[in-house]
Amino acid sequence: MNEGRIGRSMPAAKAGMAGACIALLRRDFVLAWRRRGELFLPLLYAVIVAALFPFALGPDPELLARIAGGVLLVIVVLAMLPALESMFRADLEDGTLEQWLLAPQPLALLALIRVIAHWLTTVLPLIVVMPLLGVLLNLPVKVLPVLIVALLLATPLLALLGSVLSALAAGARRSGILMALMLLPLAVPVVIFAAGAVAAAQSGMPYIAPLMWLAAALVLAIVLAPLACAAALRIAVES
Amino acid sequence: MTTPPAPAAPLLSAHRLAFSRNDEPVFGPLDFSLGPGETVLVEGDNGSGKTTLLRVLAGMLPSAEGEIRFDGKPASRDSRNGHVLWLGHRTGMNESLSAHENLGFLAGLYGTRPGMTAIAAMERVGIAAWIDEPLRTLSAGQKKRVGLARLLLIPGDIWLLDEPYANLDRHGIDLVNALIAEHCARGGATLVTSHGAVRFADPRARHIRLGT
Repeated sequence: MNEGRIGRSMPAAKAGMAGACIALLRRDFVLAWRRRGELFLPLLYAVIVAALFPFALGPDPELLARIAGGVLLVIVVLAMLPALESMFRADLEDGTLEQWLLAPQPLALLALIRVIAHWLTTVLPLIVVMPLLGVLLNLPVKVLPVLIVALLLATPLLALLGSVLSALAAGARRSGILMALMLLPLAVPVVIFAAGAVAAAQSGMPYIAPLMWLAAALVLAIVLAPLACAAALRIAVES
Repeated sequence: MTTPPAPAAPLLSAHRLAFSRNDEPVFGPLDFSLGPGETVLVEGDNGSGKTTLLRVLAGMLPSAEGEIRFDGKPASRDSRNGHVLWLGHRTGMNESLSAHENLGFLAGLYGTRPGMTAIAAMERVGIAAWIDEPLRTLSAGQKKRVGLARLLLIPGDIWLLDEPYANLDRHGIDLVNALIAEHCARGGATLVTSHGAVRFADPRARHIRLGT
């Protein structure tokens, strides 16, 4: 009787959650591809730092092998930081977040998809070059798989924590320094557990426990961080 | 529970709606309702709170006094989202992506109206020639037209349009008026702000005057 009514009378036209997630992933990948020069910078940064370390410390293979795991962890965390800050910046400025807020999909889901896209485009390449960086720093071959697993657990965790802070800081000016200050205390335990696993593997001890702790924290963050992130995004749009 | 509420329930109604920022009243208290097929023009000078009113209605500003109802139900995420379309000063689109890519993403997020495609919407608003150009190469008026294409493409019965006439040429203004008329003919409702410099097509539209 009221066939003229849009939306409500046409539920078939509504977007499904999966469709929305795919649309957002595709959009972020296209954007990342357009700015692939920018994405290359963290990678370049990591390679340069890893290459400079042996020059600064002297070419003592044993010293390098001892510190390589920790150094690579810190390099990845630092290389992640600049991109984390701008996770929602452009979307706040051009009004995309306003459209997110009114979308039929839960904001937390969109935030989670954004973190996944961000991790895949900016952090995964860093992990892919890890074997190369490991060679530069004389990382023992048996430690490399543990380091990579530790990074695969620690970096999404950091990205999720960073997404909340990024959403909180999105409206603020000079949020880069703010982000670094806020993320540091949250990053410390993540780095400690990841480094703990790497150190245990290096000395031939069981390294499963710290990895399990990281995995548990990651599962918790996957559930909770998007909710906090969504609340922070609402505040960012309101102000 | 199975019987629907009275069919006369307005799509959007506000009761004693007021908003103040730092104890400074911005607008209100206002009482108005917006039924199917109705258009309300919100007029006022710069800074009189037109945009603030629309943002409060869209749920982008909190802690307004009074009550907002969508379809007779108190305003909430569930009663609002998927029904309200918002066109603000900011395009809501990424400047590095083309109009087509932006509309494709938003269609994925909101769904599309039956029988409407991004291409058809862009042809209707006269930007078909710039389909694949990055948005940043388009003029302000063309970006506004992409925003209008979004209104055409995605479903939603309540349009909240903040200064839709800004940056548009004469044909663009006619286009906005035509789109609003079509939307109302379909049973939608529109709330439009204007600082009063452009003529508004529908002489029957009701007016809300802010900031005497």
